Amino acid sequence: MTIPVPYYLALGAVLFTMGALGVLIRRNALVIFMSIELMLNSVNLSFVAYARQLGSLEGQVTVFFVMVIAAVEVVVGLAIIIAIFRSRDTVDIDDVDLLRG
Amino acid sequence: MNAFIEIIIFGAAAAGALVGAVGIIASAAPVRSALSLLLVLGSLAVLYLLLAAQFIAVLQVIIYAGAIVVLFLFVIMLLHMRTGEGRATKLPRQRPAAMVLAAAFLAVVAAVLRGVPSIPAAVVSEEFGTAQAVGRMLFTTYVLPFELASMVLIVGIIAAVVIGRGPR
Repeated sequence: MTIPVPYYLALGAVLFTMGALGVLIRRNALVIFMSIELMLNSVNLSFVAYARQLGSLEGQVTVFFVMVIAAVEVVVGLAIIIAIFRSRDTVDIDDVDLLRG
Repeated sequence: MNAFIEIIIFGAAAAGALVGAVGIIASAAPVRSALSLLLVLGSLAVLYLLLAAQFIAVLQVIIYAGAIVVLFLFVIMLLHMRTGEGRATKLPRQRPAAMVLAAAFLAVVAAVLRGVPSIPAAVVSEEFGTAQAVGRMLFTTYVLPFELASMVLIVGIIAAVVIGRGPR
């Protein structure tokens, strides 16, 4: 364990910020989805880093459940994106504004 | 492991993850974003190996790189026509505002990280992070969440079929 755990946490923080930035500035629903995956992964990295530091497997078990939920989320989310594309012919979220009022 | 080699592997994997992350949010074509996501996921799998999480690293490659990215690529190919972005018209100052917010968030997290007490890493056994160790925990302490996760998966599959089938 040559690399101290804070380095992994810092990398996770930068990746999370990039994911959040992607969600805020992109308008393609698919790319926004990938940015969300990026954020989930950065948190997973922090979990695994702390599991190693504390010598406890709970962190890795948590990452397992995060992965399961992420898989379900992607499947349902992509189905919704396809349904939106079918009815509105676009995946640009600025064009999907029925709830804007 | 040799300390020097470990530093090189960490540097390469961290650089790959950062380059991939920039690629996801900066690529004009969604297919490039998906391939950048693949780069990030692969780099993180390497980092998981450095952190003695072999089972999680394998899952990362199988579930994320093997299934989720392929699903993204399928959908991108399915919708290949109009997946680009026009000019932002609804929120004109969205981009600079988003950058300021992201920088502020990163500053807050950096301040928090600076205050993290540095405890030396625990000494772990050879078995730490193997499929055997994680699996034993999943099937004893966490057996109820594990079964609930399978329910969630079933519900997700049914939901995807129902939504994807379209109106009758």
